[in-house]
Amino acid sequence: MQTGEIKNRETFLDKVAGQLGRNRRKDNVIRPRWKHQVQWKVLADLTENELVDVLEKQCEVIHTDFIRATEKELEAKVLQVLQAYGVKTAMTWDDPRFSSFGLTNKYVDWKNNNDIDVFKWDIENPVQSRRLAEQADAGITFSDITLAESGTVVLFSSGGKGRSVSLLPSTYIAIIPKSSLVPRMSQAAREIHQQIESGEQISSCINFISGPSNSADIEMNLVVGVHGPIKAAYIVVEDR
Amino acid sequence: MPLHVGEKAFKSRVEKGLGNEFMRGAVRSAQGRLQDSRSNAAEELGDWEEWRNLGQEIRQHTMENLDFYLQQLSEKVAERGGHVYFAETAEDANHYISEVIEKKKARKIAKSKSMVTEEIALNDILEDRGCDVIETDLGEYILQIDDHAPPSHIVAPALHKNKEQIRDVFKEKLGYLHTDKPEELTLFAREQLRKEFLSADVGITGCNFAVAESGTCALVTNEGNARMVSTLPKTQITVMGMERIVPTWEELDVLVSLLTRAAVGQKLTSYVTALTGPKEESDGDGPEEFHLVVVDNGRSKILGTEFQEALHCIRCAACINVCPVYRHIGGHAYGSIYPGPIGAVLTPLLAGYEDYKELPYASSLCGACTEVCPVKIPLHEYLIDHRRNIVEKENKSNLSEKLMMQGFNKVAGSAGLFNIATKMAPFLVTPFVRDGTISKGPGPLKAWTGARNLPLPQKERFRDWFKHRTKGGQHIANRGD
Repeated sequence: MQTGEIKNRETFLDKVAGQLGRNRRKDNVIRPRWKHQVQWKVLADLTENELVDVLEKQCEVIHTDFIRATEKELEAKVLQVLQAYGVKTAMTWDDPRFSSFGLTNKYVDWKNNNDIDVFKWDIENPVQSRRLAEQADAGITFSDITLAESGTVVLFSSGGKGRSVSLLPSTYIAIIPKSSLVPRMSQAAREIHQQIESGEQISSCINFISGPSNSADIEMNLVVGVHGPIKAAYIVVEDR
Repeated sequence: MPLHVGEKAFKSRVEKGLGNEFMRGAVRSAQGRLQDSRSNAAEELGDWEEWRNLGQEIRQHTMENLDFYLQQLSEKVAERGGHVYFAETAEDANHYISEVIEKKKARKIAKSKSMVTEEIALNDILEDRGCDVIETDLGEYILQIDDHAPPSHIVAPALHKNKEQIRDVFKEKLGYLHTDKPEELTLFAREQLRKEFLSADVGITGCNFAVAESGTCALVTNEGNARMVSTLPKTQITVMGMERIVPTWEELDVLVSLLTRAAVGQKLTSYVTALTGPKEESDGDGPEEFHLVVVDNGRSKILGTEFQEALHCIRCAACINVCPVYRHIGGHAYGSIYPGPIGAVLTPLLAGYEDYKELPYASSLCGACTEVCPVKIPLHEYLIDHRRNIVEKENKSNLSEKLMMQGFNKVAGSAGLFNIATKMAPFLVTPFVRDGTISKGPGPLKAWTGARNLPLPQKERFRDWFKHRTKGGQHIANRGD
């Protein structure tokens, strides 16, 4: 990738340092170990099953339907959710988990028996993919990391994992492998921090999504569904 | 829209606010709801004080090393193919952004909410150049449709408008035909704006926190408009105040956790979107070109002063939501896009005392703001510091206060005069005494006693009492004055 341009930096930062009453610090600034470490105490001792319970409870707060499924049941539960929302077209990520969890080979049945079309995000045809996402009734993705406390799915968008899939359709469905659950944002942030420390390139877009879009801009009344999805469902699947 | 909004004179802005019954009702109920949500969220989290200490510790370290972290940020953004422009002034920032837009031959610009672009009046500049600039945050959109009305709150910009007013604005300007139900109004805005997102040439966003270690800009939102703006247009420009930065993702977690709770009582908002550079080649969506504009515009002169912690602000508006003065006069009375206690502290720092000398007095100094601030900015103490500066250094206070402060300085500065004055006080006020209190005080006491009584000075002075007090029957203060 071509390096970007940086303009007007030196005079700007010299002035900042000058105001702070010292010379520029260009290296050797060590981030301290914070005296307070309170974030690690939240939901710290919970088992995986207890974290699922926390997630379920939080889903009520964030207006999100919550469904549990075993690996075997997953296909039927996804279909149920699509039908319950009246979905006729759905778009998914191009993500190997859709086949490893046995979903892709069911799409023909869904089409023939239930009149539901499923499209996959296609990086070879981004314009068409975006148009399909715009027209789809539902977008379906897996969760990469799931935060129990806030009811959040973390999505690392890149390549086949298009940003639009969880954004443009009016319904969003997240499939959450139980093993992806962590207590809160702290664990996800640390994981990303460690990726960076080890020299990995992080995704150009990491989304923390907690339910459908909403706004309280009109008289502080909560309206669910603004620019992003209007409805959301999480399906937690036992994967171990 | 620049930093300054509304009429020039503070008094007429305040009178306008006090006279606006609907606005005051709306503010009261909004404050109530937001305060409840915040305190419930803080209580539910537990250890809120510890969280605040952590937030403060992080902000202090970051500000002390701001040049280092901004340098790191710019290098990381550039490594990922993004461009970074450091803008010392509003003009610099607007000039650079205009250049990018010109180069792209862009006509339609979709914006998500950004206070700093309000501060530098970017929209005016772009509209003058013939661009169609669309605010896509619901509250901002309502204000923009309503002939660019100014925001009155930094989190809920259209807080002062009711749903009937919003319906009428949509009806008059956009041919809206439905009811004043918030759901229907919102759905209408969704339909209108969806077309704009899909056809915009450039997306402009603000930045809640940039992460230095990875060159990431994080956007904390609920509506999804910032995701649209950073997913659909081919070019993205992100504008950030230079202090909106954290060292690593671990600190991003802490500050986002504080922000969402303090602002709206949510554990997290619907979306926290972390964007690093333009899209990668293998990505199907996202901007092909990414520009980060880092804005100073008066911030650096706050560094290294007693007011440095004002730069710790994470724009949650918790101080605004508890302020009894904001409750009565509303956001527009402050005459700044940054209202409430933080506005009264920050606005004079950014724009000088000349136009904003009244703002530090728009406070009862009750300290509720300082108590709720998630990063522990000593807001009400800063307001006192401002008042001292205005009186002592800038000579800009009103006459009676000036005389009072000067007189006090003169008298208190001389041991002899002070002695006489304090001895005389009980006798001098005698003509004003009624039922053992002062009910109609002279000169500087007038404003206070206009509404309430003042207790009488004690007949025995503290200094005399101290001198003659005894401990266990033994006289202990035996040094002379």
